[in-house]
Amino acid sequence: MSARASVSLSDRLDRAAGWVFIMPAVVVVLFLSIFPLIVSLYISLVRLQFVAGGFELTFVGLFNYYKLLVGIDHVHFLGLQASPTLVGWLLFALAAGSQVVLLGVYLRGGRISIGGLIGRLVAAIAVSGLAWLLVTTINPEGRPGTVEVTLIYVFVGLVVQYGLGLGLAMLCSQHLPGRRFFRVVFLLPMMITPVGVAYLFLMLTDTTKGPAYPLWALFGLVNTSWVTNAWGARAAVMIGDAWQWTPFMFIVLLAALESQSIEPIEAAIVDGANGWQIFRHITFPAIVPVSSTVILIRMIEAFKIVDLPNILTNGGPGTATESLTLHAFSIWRALDIGGSAAVAYLLLILVTVIGAAYANLIRTRLTRDT
Amino acid sequence: MKRHLFKAFGLVLVLSFALGACATPTPATIVQTVQVQVTVPPVQVTVPPVEVTRIVAGTPQTIQVTAPPPTAVPNKYAGVTVNVLTFTGPQIAEPLQRRAPDFEKLTGAKINVVTVPFSDLYQKALTDFSTGTNSYDALVFDPQWMADFATPGYLEDLTSKVPNDPVLDWNGIAPFFRDFSATYQGKVYAIPLDGDFHMVYYRSDLIQTPPATWDEYVTMAQQFQGKDLNGDGKPDYGSCISMKRGAQSYWFITSVASAFIQSQGTAQGAFFTTDTMQPLYGNNEAFSKALDIYKTLSTLGPPDLLNDDVGATRGLFTSGRCALSMDWGDIGPLAVDPATSKVQDKVGAVILPGSKEVLDRATGKLVPCDAKTCPYAINGINHAPYASYGGWTGVINNASKVKDAAFDFLAYMSAPAQSSVDVTLGKTGFNPYRLAHFQNLGPWLASGMSEKAARNYLGAIEDSLNSPNMVLDLRIPQNQAYQQVILDTAIAQFLAGEIDKATTMKQITDQWNAKTDELGRDKQLAAYKSTLGVTK
Repeated sequence: MSARASVSLSDRLDRAAGWVFIMPAVVVVLFLSIFPLIVSLYISLVRLQFVAGGFELTFVGLFNYYKLLVGIDHVHFLGLQASPTLVGWLLFALAAGSQVVLLGVYLRGGRISIGGLIGRLVAAIAVSGLAWLLVTTINPEGRPGTVEVTLIYVFVGLVVQYGLGLGLAMLCSQHLPGRRFFRVVFLLPMMITPVGVAYLFLMLTDTTKGPAYPLWALFGLVNTSWVTNAWGARAAVMIGDAWQWTPFMFIVLLAALESQSIEPIEAAIVDGANGWQIFRHITFPAIVPVSSTVILIRMIEAFKIVDLPNILTNGGPGTATESLTLHAFSIWRALDIGGSAAVAYLLLILVTVIGAAYANLIRTRLTRDT
Repeated sequence: MKRHLFKAFGLVLVLSFALGACATPTPATIVQTVQVQVTVPPVQVTVPPVEVTRIVAGTPQTIQVTAPPPTAVPNKYAGVTVNVLTFTGPQIAEPLQRRAPDFEKLTGAKINVVTVPFSDLYQKALTDFSTGTNSYDALVFDPQWMADFATPGYLEDLTSKVPNDPVLDWNGIAPFFRDFSATYQGKVYAIPLDGDFHMVYYRSDLIQTPPATWDEYVTMAQQFQGKDLNGDGKPDYGSCISMKRGAQSYWFITSVASAFIQSQGTAQGAFFTTDTMQPLYGNNEAFSKALDIYKTLSTLGPPDLLNDDVGATRGLFTSGRCALSMDWGDIGPLAVDPATSKVQDKVGAVILPGSKEVLDRATGKLVPCDAKTCPYAINGINHAPYASYGGWTGVINNASKVKDAAFDFLAYMSAPAQSSVDVTLGKTGFNPYRLAHFQNLGPWLASGMSEKAARNYLGAIEDSLNSPNMVLDLRIPQNQAYQQVILDTAIAQFLAGEIDKATTMKQITDQWNAKTDELGRDKQLAAYKSTLGVTK
């Protein structure tokens, strides 16, 4: 009897030990993450006004969201829409079509669940909707809002940063002289505070004075301005962002390249494969799992870009470089905390949908196929 | 068995820590009074006499005043720290930081100046006060924001303190800055540290007669655009007016528009109609013309003008690269600084250009100036000098535990002895606001200005200050949203070519109306009208 009681007590201790040990950390995380999320959701449903004795928060329901999506701020947020160009129609057809194909593949796959179907439908609607927004606002008659500007920063930035990071990692994974030195040097931009990077590029993009002036003078560009042209300003922001965050891609991909097995590559060389064939059929498939993870992490961070557009251009010229976070920050400065929280929550929804769609659809598929 | 005992022990340990953190009683505080002998050496403070101007029987008279020492008790505030929040600058923060050690020597109070970017100052201060954090004992801020700070009771009422303070010399401050910048709904909440008007500056070696109208300003700027104005062989610029979004640029469109919009005197107002609170920055010929002029001026400066803040445009003007500029009073003293200026004694200042046509508010059309439409016109031109911003002022947190020390510091900064010097230094960002600043040329000459330049500079400010058609800056609840968010964004989009003129006017009108309706139209109208009267 006492042996059974002892075993039972021991089992209970075993079962309880796990959650008791992690409970303090869970409570702290919940308090610091979930509680502010709930409070900011409430804040997005109110309006702040200063009255005698202090301030009052008036419940306005979904009015702050209404202003952004269909009301007085919808052009600033979603952009000015116009009929797509021919290229725009083709791109939209490609995006929407790909969603239909993916949905069809899933339905024919046999293993259908309610959650999976709903998730894929939401992702399909979101991707198609965002594609429609992009093609109707990024054209000569339209104008991108802060949603589209943020999406441009994220996706163009990811392509550039991944490409550059992979290229640098490939170089540094080879036995070239100075590779250890350059490994450290390539990491330095990531160590600098984003505000410092922004001020650096503010000086570099000044064509009338500053450290880069001799270069601008050499090319006869002293009377041009990057930052007073919409796409020039966006390019300046993306170049600064790429300069700062390519090292992150570089270091992770370098680790992935250096950890791959050497035997398949040696065998391929013996079989007469050239460099491109080795990369295409051996190296790249081996680093796909790591690549998809690092892209997911960087994508989530990229949506929150604020330092560069804030310091470099203050969101200008006009609102050409204003990201969603800067949009929320700008109206928060005037203490429109309800409007600011609404922008932040819509950003959260956007990141969650895109991140979840990427993780569940693309990343799973890529890692499964390798 | 040992493993289970270890687990059980660990479990008990964790639970003990958790319970201990929750249940540990606060140790009893043991109070013991200790006598400490402190010998404070007497502090000899000598304050040189200062010339001040008092209004005696309606006439300004200059007399010498020997101010009493700032404090009768040495180390009056020993051990006290006063946290003062203001703008990064370097202007505005510079004189506070420079004089803080002097004030500490006199009184023992340590002054800790905290700075934030201008666009963050409003929310930083209001968030601190409204959440009860109260990190800051005093602010040096924009008096336009007074409605949002005074209404909830965040500011100390200084009405009874200011006239009796021997250091401050309240009556020596020009009435406009006492009665408008420092006062809200009949109570004094602020101590003026600066006087603000927009003016036009011009290169007096290039331009003999400064522009009297905005059309003349544009013509002159076009004549000088692309010419070498400082002898370095590079093409320079006709006009350098800051147009950067999110900086302090949104006041400059008002300086242009006011000449067309307001002509019947200060009480007419230049932002809204005084009967229905409808925005005047909308679909009418006056604002349309102002936008045309502003857009043209954006093409007559450096290539980065849309990204240049006032710091950049001041630097361009004082380095001799601009024929014209518009700014607060800072360029005057900056132009005589031998360390940075290449245009010493080559700068003139003049009241803001006006217009020969003004808005008929009933029809929305521009009509020619005559005795009825422009009763305050000078040579047929309606000038509407803009008291933009109102001048940096110091206010005290009503919840501060060191209010007296904070007040004494702000009074010290505003006192004639200090302010007479600070307003002559371009790096301070403080511009003239005391009668003595205008009447006594001594400090200006000592700063390096010639007598001619000083009279010209001060004369331009006085012309603005004395104008019966002066435009008061907007000072209604949440004016920050009207100007820094809505107006600034729309103008930035217009200058960048994102939106056309019609869309700009509609956007400002619609968004201003939406904000007014959100806050209560009647309430906003009452607040607007009360500020136009400039009544205590």
